[in-house]
Amino acid sequence: MIAATKKIEMPAPLGPNPVIVKGSGAPLVYLHGVQGQEWTPMHDSLAQSRTVYAPATAGSDDPAELRNIDNIHELVLYYDDLFDRLDIGKVDLAGHSFGGMVAAEYAAAYPSRVGKLVLLNPLGLWRDDKPVGDFYLVDGNQSARVLLGDPDSEQVKARLALPEDPEARVAELVRRFTVSASVAHFTWPIAERGLAKRLRRIRANTLILWGESDGLMDRCYAEDFAQLIVGSRVEYVPGAGHTPHFDQPAHVAESIKTFLAR
Amino acid sequence: MKSIFFHFQGYRDLPDDFVQKNESIWVKPSTDQFCDPQTSAKYARWNIEELELADELGFDGLGINEHHSNGYGYCNSPNLIAAILARRKSDAALVVLGNTLPLYSPAIRTAEEFAMLDGISGGRLVAGFPVGSAMDTVGAYSTPPTHVRPRYWEAHDLITQAWTRTDTPFAFNGKYNKLRYVNIWPKPIQKPHPPIWLAGGGSIETWKYATDHNYTYSYLSFSGHKAGKTLMDGYWQQVEKAGLDDNPFRAGFAQVVVVADSDAEAEKLYLPHIRNFYSKALHVPSHMANPPGFMSKESYEFNVRKVARHAALLGDPSKATWADFTEKHKMVIGGSPERVAAELKEAARNLRVGHMMVLLQIQSMETELTRYNIRMYAEKVLPQLQGLWEKEGYKDHWWPQGATRNQFIGGVAK
Repeated sequence: MIAATKKIEMPAPLGPNPVIVKGSGAPLVYLHGVQGQEWTPMHDSLAQSRTVYAPATAGSDDPAELRNIDNIHELVLYYDDLFDRLDIGKVDLAGHSFGGMVAAEYAAAYPSRVGKLVLLNPLGLWRDDKPVGDFYLVDGNQSARVLLGDPDSEQVKARLALPEDPEARVAELVRRFTVSASVAHFTWPIAERGLAKRLRRIRANTLILWGESDGLMDRCYAEDFAQLIVGSRVEYVPGAGHTPHFDQPAHVAESIKTFLAR
Repeated sequence: MKSIFFHFQGYRDLPDDFVQKNESIWVKPSTDQFCDPQTSAKYARWNIEELELADELGFDGLGINEHHSNGYGYCNSPNLIAAILARRKSDAALVVLGNTLPLYSPAIRTAEEFAMLDGISGGRLVAGFPVGSAMDTVGAYSTPPTHVRPRYWEAHDLITQAWTRTDTPFAFNGKYNKLRYVNIWPKPIQKPHPPIWLAGGGSIETWKYATDHNYTYSYLSFSGHKAGKTLMDGYWQQVEKAGLDDNPFRAGFAQVVVVADSDAEAEKLYLPHIRNFYSKALHVPSHMANPPGFMSKESYEFNVRKVARHAALLGDPSKATWADFTEKHKMVIGGSPERVAAELKEAARNLRVGHMMVLLQIQSMETELTRYNIRMYAEKVLPQLQGLWEKEGYKDHWWPQGATRNQFIGGVAK
């Protein structure tokens, strides 16, 4: 079964959200990280036992849309509207990086609406003794390094390669620009927006998956999340960085499936 | 035409390997490594004295601007320098171009300080309202890129209302500025308010904003009048589309200018400084100049397609020749007073510009050479440019009311 894109109409003046949907079984919503909407081998693996919904963050098509979404709390409301329109009831929620931060915010705002919560190297906390790195106002090599790993590796080069076709190339550059802008809207200059105060509200059973060699954030943040979310636990993913499902898709998928089945 | 002596107020002594060892001239080069406070204080005094000299020598206006954490210009508060110049007895315009509106919170601060400057100077203030570069707004002041323009629009509305509304105190309910009592003491002495000048690097949004409000627009780049032609044509098309007249004082342009007794002498005196400046000042990587979200999606796509069509122009500026700068690319207007005046006239006509902002202090130039360049321009070039547009009957509606120097009445010098 091929992943299909379902256009979900959002309240005016917002544009529709092109949610990628695949699989069967109980719903699992996946919120993407700073590099935008994605469907990866990990998602395929998850879709074997769940119906996976992978929306795009608000403003992904045109950041001008964000004039109607001022801050992270309004983004949480945006997702609540989206989940209503998907008609999925209580959700299991997974999020990576920026998406992990949004997922945690959502689970703190609507504690009774989230069944299980999976956070993959989530943003949203800050410690002065271990500052989170910059992935935005840096050159392409540096952002690739902190988000994906060695920019000279074949794996990273393939992931970031631009299409040969000139029009497709322009479209992809514009896509990267609009996604990055719509993430920066909520995360620049520092993604921390008081999440630490709100994590105590989360009632969902929570798994924190942490690519253990994250070049953006020290692993102390995994422990901080675990400490602040009652009853949560951390699993470190060996041989993985900030985007653990890029480095270890099978491992990450198995960990999530085991956790969700428990 | 007005000649405005524009001072960038940069750090004059950056090491030769600066470009090789630093990502950018802006935002990240460490102040502890490059900006010695004592040396900087010396430069600041030179800057002020050079501006004062230009005032004494009869320039129509004195121009300063705002940048942050920037090697080629780090006047972080132009209002401080303007206050010193405002205090002098003079009839020159004080062109503060300007206060970077998105950075002021609440933006009422700009309304207040500009009003103070206008009063102290005797109504000589030009109130410049730039959006600000991405390096200043997103980089140095960490404004989320998508918030920069909305902050700008709102600050503009707040400031103009603070200056012109008479139902004071009034409430202003913005997204970024929530003020129960807007009631600035004092208001500006120019009525209805000091002339507002917009400035930019060629964004379409800013042209439209200028014509919507009947403001004058200045294109600030270092690329020179040849490269500036396409952009200024775009602006004039917008003016025409808006149904406004073709008064050249609707437009300003910044131009690097170096003057000496002869072309050969100018090359000898200034080429090292020009090479140095263009190597270092333009050293801003695209991820800083254009971070995602700073421009609109449409502008970004336009730029992606444009860049794909054009290759780099100059090559390595540290190896470029005098002819590259002054003839081939015309980034610099330089040489004898006759040549400089002729080329400036041609540039002014070509771009249709009434406010010529001449950049005569080029970063690494010592104050002696700077003063020489200022003097040469003031004595031998400026007189040739006066009245260029005025004699054709154009009136500068965007000039401050208290700046009465070098006036033309009915096209005739007063």
